[in-house]
Parts: sequence; structure tokens; C-alpha cells
Amino acid sequence: MLRLENVHSFYGRIQALRGINLHVDSGEIVAMIGANGAGKSTTLMTICGQPRARSGRVLFDGDDITHVPTFQIIRSGLSHSPEGRRIFPRMTVLENLQMGAVASDPAHFNDDLGLVFDLFPILGERQQQRGGTLSGGEQQMLAIARALMSHPRLLLLDEPSLGLGPMLVKQIFDVIGQINQDRGVTILLVEQNAHQSLLLAHRAYVLANGEIILHGTGDELLADPEVRNAYLGGGN
Amino acid sequence: MANQSSLGLEKLRASAVLKEAGLASLVALVLALPLIGFRTVGGGDGLSFEFRWEALVVSVVIVFLGRSLVTAMHGVWRLNRFSLPGFQRFGSVIERRQVLLILGIIVLALLFPLMPEVDRRAVDLATLVLIYVMLGWGLNIVVGLAGLLDLGYVAFYAVGAYTFALLGTVYDWSFWGCLPIAGAVAAMFGILLGYPVLRLRGDYLAIVTLGFGEIIRVVLTNWVALSGGPNGIAGIPRPTLFGLEFTRRTREGHSFHEYFDLPFSGDHRIIFLYYVILILALITNIFVLRIRKLPIGRAWEALREDEIACRSLGINPVNTKLSAFALGAMFGGFAGAFFASRNGFISPESFTFIESAIVLSIVVLGGMGSQIGVVLAAAAIVLLPEALREFSEYRMLVFGLAMVLVMVWRPRGLLAHRRPTLMLNPSRPIAPK
Repeated sequence: MLRLENVHSFYGRIQALRGINLHVDSGEIVAMIGANGAGKSTTLMTICGQPRARSGRVLFDGDDITHVPTFQIIRSGLSHSPEGRRIFPRMTVLENLQMGAVASDPAHFNDDLGLVFDLFPILGERQQQRGGTLSGGEQQMLAIARALMSHPRLLLLDEPSLGLGPMLVKQIFDVIGQINQDRGVTILLVEQNAHQSLLLAHRAYVLANGEIILHGTGDELLADPEVRNAYLGGGN
Repeated sequence: MANQSSLGLEKLRASAVLKEAGLASLVALVLALPLIGFRTVGGGDGLSFEFRWEALVVSVVIVFLGRSLVTAMHGVWRLNRFSLPGFQRFGSVIERRQVLLILGIIVLALLFPLMPEVDRRAVDLATLVLIYVMLGWGLNIVVGLAGLLDLGYVAFYAVGAYTFALLGTVYDWSFWGCLPIAGAVAAMFGILLGYPVLRLRGDYLAIVTLGFGEIIRVVLTNWVALSGGPNGIAGIPRPTLFGLEFTRRTREGHSFHEYFDLPFSGDHRIIFLYYVILILALITNIFVLRIRKLPIGRAWEALREDEIACRSLGINPVNTKLSAFALGAMFGGFAGAFFASRNGFISPESFTFIESAIVLSIVVLGGMGSQIGVVLAAAAIVLLPEALREFSEYRMLVFGLAMVLVMVWRPRGLLAHRRPTLMLNPSRPIAPK
């Protein structure tokens, strides 16, 4: 469904990605883990064309989207929930969700809204509340819900568990699983929380310094001594 | 023990107050030295300086005393919590009675020129207020909704005014025919400004727009062949009512008073101009109210909140920003054409930076994005200097003080509350199953 071929990207003169090759197949949950600055978020951003890949190709459903404008990429069935939630603080929950639906057919709006409120009942209760007054966990739910409003086939999630307590992390990961299982949305997930994401993901990539250094199924990587040492907090 | 420490605290505070006041008076000294300390005197052999010791000392002492008073009172009289009696509730009352209030204002505005004690000067002043209301609503699209800080709004006002002035004087086109053209030309200039600044935000954008406003003014001043330079353009046609002119005699056809068989009065034209700008302003308002609920209007607001999130949701930021600049500029252009037609004469002097600053203060003072707030702020900013005429040369000082106080009481503008544009119909709620 999504394929990156030898993608290099830069922030100004600083190289952030050094030849990323990865693929995500339809129906999968794929995780990317790695230390800060490894290039995980940059990979997601490069898929959306911000920044553009300086060399290599990004293919979505077989189409080359390397040079397609960002808003058209999003309109072709890919959705990106950016790092740090980035909800609209002064707009209400409902307006935030509506902004998520700008790229999709307005006729689906009410159905999509119902589905999103099923996944996150708390958002249904708070629909007239301003985004900025929600708690951190609720804001994260709103960010994911907003990304779902465009009816994506592929959802890019950037650090959905950032800054959340253990209970909420579990809840968010459960919902990500549900979105994948029940709605058939393919997911590419970037996470610092390596343990949870490897448990959830079918496959995963490990990044360091802008390169993919390991690749395997979630279970394989969980058992890999190198991964356990570097990202899962030692031997246990 | 407790006594001692509180005494120590007192001492500490006293020295802090003195230090603060000392600093303030130092600043005052630096400023007052050239401003108050010297006076030029025209003598027999050219200009010479007179040094005014007393005035200098008095002003520095006043600043010292004033500053220490304010600092000392700070604990007792918390400025940020201080509020005029009832002023806090003022916003929420307006909010709750919004519809009633809007209808009231519109009815009042419609009847205003017909009221018995309203004279020609009052109608003229009301016309001026409405010009600023319209400019405020136009700039509100750019600054309040899209969050793009524009310090050069007067450029579009000037473009609209000159477009009509040139078409009207050179080609004899009528006001109504030129109005859409003036708007379109101003919108084009909006895009022209918008394109190079697409990637700028905040203070950087403000500087570029400021420069743009100055460029337009300087070009108008120096391109004498086109704009008449500093002499401006005179004899700009007045607006007509379906072809009826508001003059004593007309070259062809009828004038207003002949057609309706009324005695001629200069007031007719003033009142007519008032209604023209009232209608133009109302159209602007309805347009902005409607567009806020359309996808493009919501995209503006989302862009103001978070540009990166907008991109990740599939909003095209280029079109969104350019449309905000273009539409904001268009209303500035309409207002400019009206201004030219009302005055009959324009020159670059009417389009200086201070105009941009006034319109921006109206938007900020009213509360970013608030429509009624703009009306209140425009009325305050235009009428306050008028009301303060008896303070003569101190009126700008009082005016400045009034603005500072408003921003202290209501730091986010008179009406800062933002109304959601989308509510679900309560009769068919989408409830979680």
C-alpha cells in the first residue's frame, strides 16, 4: 500500500533520512521505533511531502506521490496525526472534527462523526467544549479522531502516547488496535513506547541516525537482545 | 520574630519601589531632555536654543512620584484584577443578548439621520465611524480570522480610492459601476501582497505588510503622471441614487430634489452618503458572518490556530491565505472607493501608516474576530477624539491613556469570546451508542 524507496530528506543542509526503505501492506499495523532524532517523525512528514524527499520515491497505492502537493496526498486517502496533537485550541471539539473532514465528502459527515464518537465516547460528551480546555488524553483522542474523519485507508500516527499516563496509554493503544481490526484502516505508527507498540504491531522497523537498522515482526523484535537492550530498558 | 521579618520585607519593598521609580525617572530624563528640555527660539540671527531647566526637573519628578505610587500600590491594587464595576459582566450580557442587540443597533443606525436633534455634523461623523467599521470588518478577515498580522491594510484602501478616482475623473464612470472594479483591483493587490509573504508569520509578516503599505503610498506620491502626486485628485464624482444627482442643478436629467419635488438641501447628500456606507458595511458584515460557516472561513480559523495541523488535514494553505488577503483587501477597496466619492478629493496624505494602525487597533480593541466588538471599538476610536476636543492639545494623550486602560481591563479586546460556528441540532443528537 505504501512503499518508500531509498528516501533521503534534509532540513536545510542537515540530512535527516539516509536512504529509508520500508513498506506497509494493506491491513497491517507497522511500528517505527527508535531514539529521539532517529528520523521517525521525519519519515512520516516526508511521506506527506513536508519536507520533500530529495531523492528516492514515495509510492502510495502504486502511485508516485513524492512530488504531489501535501493537501492532495491527504485527499488521496492518507491521514496524518502529527506529533504533539496540534488540535485547534480555540475551536470546539465538533469544529476540530469538522476540520478533519474538509477533505472528504460532506454527505458522510454525520456517519463518520457517529463512528468517531463510538470509538471515543468522551468526545461525544464534550463536543461543544473548546479543544484547548480538554485534558492531554482527551486532546490525543481528538487528534486521532480528527485524522479519522477524512475516511483514511492509511493512518500515520506520530507518538500517540506522548505525555500520557499508563492507563491512558493502554486505552489509546486499544483504540488503535480497534481502528485497525474493526475498520480495516492500515496504520503506520511512530512511538517512543517501544514495548507497547511492538506488542500491537504486526511488523516494525527500528531507526537510528536516519537509517533503518532492524526490521522484523513485532514478536521477533521483542525477543531481539539488541532491541531489548537499547529500547526496552535492559534485560528483563 | 514575625514582626522583624515583616519589617525586613517592608524595607525590601521600599527599596524595590525606589529602584523602580529611579529607573523610570531615568528613562523620563533621557526622553524629556530633547523633548521638553530644549526649545527653539526664533531670534534676530536665525534659530537658537533655549534651555528649560525647570520644566525638565518638574517632569522627571512627576514621573518619579507617579511611578513609585503605582509600584507601591501594586500589592493592594492588582492592576490585572482590577475591573470597572460591571465591566466584566458587560461582555457576557452582550453575548447573551446578541441577536436583540444587533437588531437594535441596525434599527438605530437606520433611523439615525431622521432623528430630530441629529444635525449634519453628527451624520457626517456617523459616516466616518461606518467607514472605519467597514475597514475593521474587512481587516478582521485577515487578522481576526486568518490570524495574519497585516500592518499595511491602508494600501488596499488607497488602491480602491485611487481606482475609483481615476476611472471617475478620466473616463467619467459612475460610482456604482466603479465599486466592483475598485474591489476587484484591491483584491488583485491583496494577492500581489499575499504571494511573496505566504511563508511568513507573525512579526515578520507584519514588517513586510508595513513595507507594502508604504510602497503604495510612496508610489502614489511620486508617480505624478498617474496619481497627480502630492496634489492628489480632485473633482471625483459623487454617488448617485439611480442616476439622480445630489446637486442644485444638473447638466442633464434631474437632480434628487427636483425629481422628488423637495426644496434643495445639502443635507440630502450627507444623509444619502450615510445610507450608502451603512448598506456597504452591512453587506460586509453579512458576508463575513456567512463565510465563517463555509469551509473556506473555517479553514482561515484553523490556519490561525495551527498551520502544520492544517496541512496534515488536507487544507491547501496557499489558497486559504491568498483568499483571506484577497477578500480582506476587496472590502478595503470598497471602503476606499466610497471614501474617495464622499470626499470628492483624495491625496496620498489620507493613506498614511496611522490609518493602518487605527484600523488594526479597532480590530484588536474590539476583540480579534468579533463583529460587534469592531462596531464598539470603531465608535470609540473615532468619537473619543471628537468628544475630547475640549482637552484641545491634550486629547491624544487622554485618548492614548483610554486605550491603555481598555487593554488592561480587557486584555483580549472588548468582546473576546469566540462563538462556535457549528452546533449539532439537539433534536437529532449523535450520541455514543
